[in-house]
Amino acid sequence: MSYTASLLSALPEVILTVGALALLMVSAFGGDRMARLIGWLAVALFAVAGVAAVAVVSSQPAFDGLYHGDSFAVFAKILIYVAAAASILIAPDYFERGGSTRAEYPVLILLAGVGMGMMVSAGDMLTLYVGFELQNLAAYVLASFMRRDMRSAEAGLKYFVLGALASGILLYGITLLYGFSGTTVFTGIAASMRDGLSIGHIFGMVFVIAGLAFKISAVPFHMWAPDVYEGAPTPVTAMFATMYKVAAMALLVRVCVVALGSQTEAWRQVILFAALASTILGAVAAIVQTNIKRLLAYSSINNAGFALFGLAAGTEAGVAATMTYLAVYIAMTMGSFICVLRMRDADGNNVQSIASMSGMSRTRPGLAAAFAIFMFSLAGIPPLLGLWPKLLVFDALVKVNLAPIAAVGIATSVLGAVYYLKIVKTMYFDEPAAPYATPTNRIEGGLIALSALAVSPLGYLAVPALGVASMAAAKALF
Amino acid sequence: MNQLGFPILTIMIALPFVAALWCLLAPGEEQARAVQARWVALGATLIDLALGILLWATYDIGGPQWQFVEHVGLFGRFGWSLGIDGIALMLIMLSVFLMPICIGASWEAIQRRVPEYMAAFLLMETLILGVFAAQDLILFYIFFEGGLIPMYLIIGIWGGAERVYASYKFFLYTLLGSVLMLIAMLWIASYAGTTYVPTLMATDFPEHAQIWLFLAFFASFAVKMPMWPVHTWLPDAHVQAPTAGSVILAGVMLKMGGYGFIRYALPMFPEGSADLVWLIWGLSIVAVIYTSLVALVQTDMKKLIAYSSVAHMAFVTIGLFAFNRQGLEGSMMVMLSHGLVSGALFLCVGVIYDRLHTRDIDRYGGLATNMPRYALFFLLFTMASIGLPGTSGFVGEFLSLIGAYQISSIVAFGCTTGIILGAAYMLYLYRRVVFGSLDKPDVKAMPDLSPREIVMLGSLGLAVLWMGIYPESFLAPMRNDIGLLMERIDRATPPSDAQIAAGAPAARPVATRTEAH
Repeated sequence: MSYTASLLSALPEVILTVGALALLMVSAFGGDRMARLIGWLAVALFAVAGVAAVAVVSSQPAFDGLYHGDSFAVFAKILIYVAAAASILIAPDYFERGGSTRAEYPVLILLAGVGMGMMVSAGDMLTLYVGFELQNLAAYVLASFMRRDMRSAEAGLKYFVLGALASGILLYGITLLYGFSGTTVFTGIAASMRDGLSIGHIFGMVFVIAGLAFKISAVPFHMWAPDVYEGAPTPVTAMFATMYKVAAMALLVRVCVVALGSQTEAWRQVILFAALASTILGAVAAIVQTNIKRLLAYSSINNAGFALFGLAAGTEAGVAATMTYLAVYIAMTMGSFICVLRMRDADGNNVQSIASMSGMSRTRPGLAAAFAIFMFSLAGIPPLLGLWPKLLVFDALVKVNLAPIAAVGIATSVLGAVYYLKIVKTMYFDEPAAPYATPTNRIEGGLIALSALAVSPLGYLAVPALGVASMAAAKALF
Repeated sequence: MNQLGFPILTIMIALPFVAALWCLLAPGEEQARAVQARWVALGATLIDLALGILLWATYDIGGPQWQFVEHVGLFGRFGWSLGIDGIALMLIMLSVFLMPICIGASWEAIQRRVPEYMAAFLLMETLILGVFAAQDLILFYIFFEGGLIPMYLIIGIWGGAERVYASYKFFLYTLLGSVLMLIAMLWIASYAGTTYVPTLMATDFPEHAQIWLFLAFFASFAVKMPMWPVHTWLPDAHVQAPTAGSVILAGVMLKMGGYGFIRYALPMFPEGSADLVWLIWGLSIVAVIYTSLVALVQTDMKKLIAYSSVAHMAFVTIGLFAFNRQGLEGSMMVMLSHGLVSGALFLCVGVIYDRLHTRDIDRYGGLATNMPRYALFFLLFTMASIGLPGTSGFVGEFLSLIGAYQISSIVAFGCTTGIILGAAYMLYLYRRVVFGSLDKPDVKAMPDLSPREIVMLGSLGLAVLWMGIYPESFLAPMRNDIGLLMERIDRATPPSDAQIAAGAPAARPVATRTEAH
């Protein structure tokens, strides 16, 4: 592939980078007054980048194997861009009320988008690491975006310290893999492992997976998630739970399937352990939570576990199932967080306690119904769409003769149902608490309605298209 | 497409769903919305009933096995495949018949959040009809499991004092059973390469896998039925649910378990079923005797009827796993009859609960004096529950027991004691509530049945008598399908314990017999 062609397959990243830098100039000169305009421009940039990603899709590796603009990367990028656009759209009102509107917010998300695009396109450990760090740096700033809020600052600091540790672990794993295989290109690493694993390979593999598991908050690297989710501004939390998780999960999938693909049996144990531990711990720990954002953090740990089951199958169907899972997961989680965003008391302050949701079905029937739809869908109860990706990941496991593990895994979803039911119970069965302030933001309402519609039974109509797209994405890796 | 030229099953499934959305989304004042929701719900369920009657009238008895077939490959991996045989037809009839009665039962009893309540019931009807009409495994699962959400809300929002506990228990018990079934479904779908149920019903799965598959399906259907010892969610759910919720739970939702066995577990895993038949028999005998004894000591009317439901459902399981025609037909009849009778009994409880707001048996007594019409209906349904000849209860239980007796006299013996115990607890209940002296002033003040209640109980009473006096109407559509099922499971039939000695027919001169007359 020529240099121009290589550059062309990185077109989405180029667009986002140039756009981010230009918007940074606008914000520097225009100041925070321009925040809303910059937000809309950033959303437009994501849309353009999404179109560009689809347009330049190619199965050929670019930059001599450092970079892949294949359909897998495109699928992941579309999900990332959608989540990013939603996170930008829901932010302005929130920050205005907190008195900390900053024009840099959309720019940081754009830069994070560039980093994630590189991550999911990476064909080399170094591309991976550069992308990984770029989105990490954006994340640390975003977590502490409400500088005057102690909890937000704490969240940023905590995320930074633990994130740096995870980066270190990842980098150490990369050096080990490099040292024992003599290359950082994924396919080269896979080739060096084909004849068996050396101790160095094993350590390298485990460290790399551990570093990435931190990002998707899979147990046992999940400890940061509840604290950071609770402290970070809600739009940022929504972003952590959706786009960050999708990017890291897609990256993990590519690393496992391509770089470690010749030793599936070896990493499958690690992934299966993380998957089972995440579903169980995510479910059990969530039951006692009293803060809705913490509860959703555990829910995201729980869901990361289910998505990992698909990867653990290690087949095309499994990868397709994981990608489908992420697509549906984004709709459910983004929807839930926007609902949380709407929970404001009469003074306009955000409320996060689950107790304040009591009797919401009577004070705010529409919001309660949407929230209930997301909760039942996250629990995987039909006829909502949340069942479908769960069904796919376990189908993939059953097909590789792991039915007993699938049975245990799906049994843990019953544990998970307990706390989702708790939310529905609070909203529908309990006596009403003080009502929330009347909402004014139409964008939030529209996004909630859109995600609720997507996970409603109508969502099943999208199943064939989703199936084709996710299968094409999975095929690109094998 | 089918003999009617329009997709009747899709319309029957979609209609309540549309009506539910109407109830939820209609604007207006709370009072006006409540009135509107009641009428919309009644209208939709009555139209579904009319469509159901049309379905029954045009169903071609002796025609092809699957009728009114529809198939649209809407969802890629699985399709919108509907179609019914005689067994499904009868259960669909039961559902569409009970639904308007449920709406009627809630007409005055529910005053709080009426549109949501009606919407939940309409959604329930959609999902129930979907379960019986689905011909695709995944579609079936979606409908089967989807019923949890509206029922959870019905129990939790409009239930009694312990409603939260009961709704959780109901949801989690049923969910745990179902998810294990889902894994088994995925396995058989990948083994057979299709999710189309008629093909799966004809697939022979490897025998060693059948036991595990059967156990997974058993986990789901046994909880739904419910069988002892996983029945404990039922009394709680029934006691806490509003009257109409109990009616639909006992009348239709429990039948999904039996339907699951007869549609999926038996034809797909005949060997697995035969290998585990001892388990089913054992649990059924325990259920009949134990839950009947438990029912005998209840002081709460609804709980008593709930335990009697568990006992009656055990007749279904022994009939199903008798592997012969009488047993299978009998268990279907028990299901239909129990749907009507337990529904009617819960309505009877609801009638007096609405007046006195207690389910405590001791608070009543002597109702025969001031509520003679009520006493008459209650008597009819009590007798039907006991299984008096001439009522629907007799036909099913008798056939089931004949079926069981052919294969194991011990099982038949154990379960027959249940009939005696059934008579004991039902008559004891009736005596305490209806007979005795009318000495409590508030009971004395209770008015007799209103016209609305007479219509509801009267139509159920007619159906009970019809099924008892001329069961052929109900057996005829199912006969072919049960024959096909028999052919399928014949090879796995466990050995009978009957010891028939072959001997010469007793010589009996014909002449003496004529003389005797």
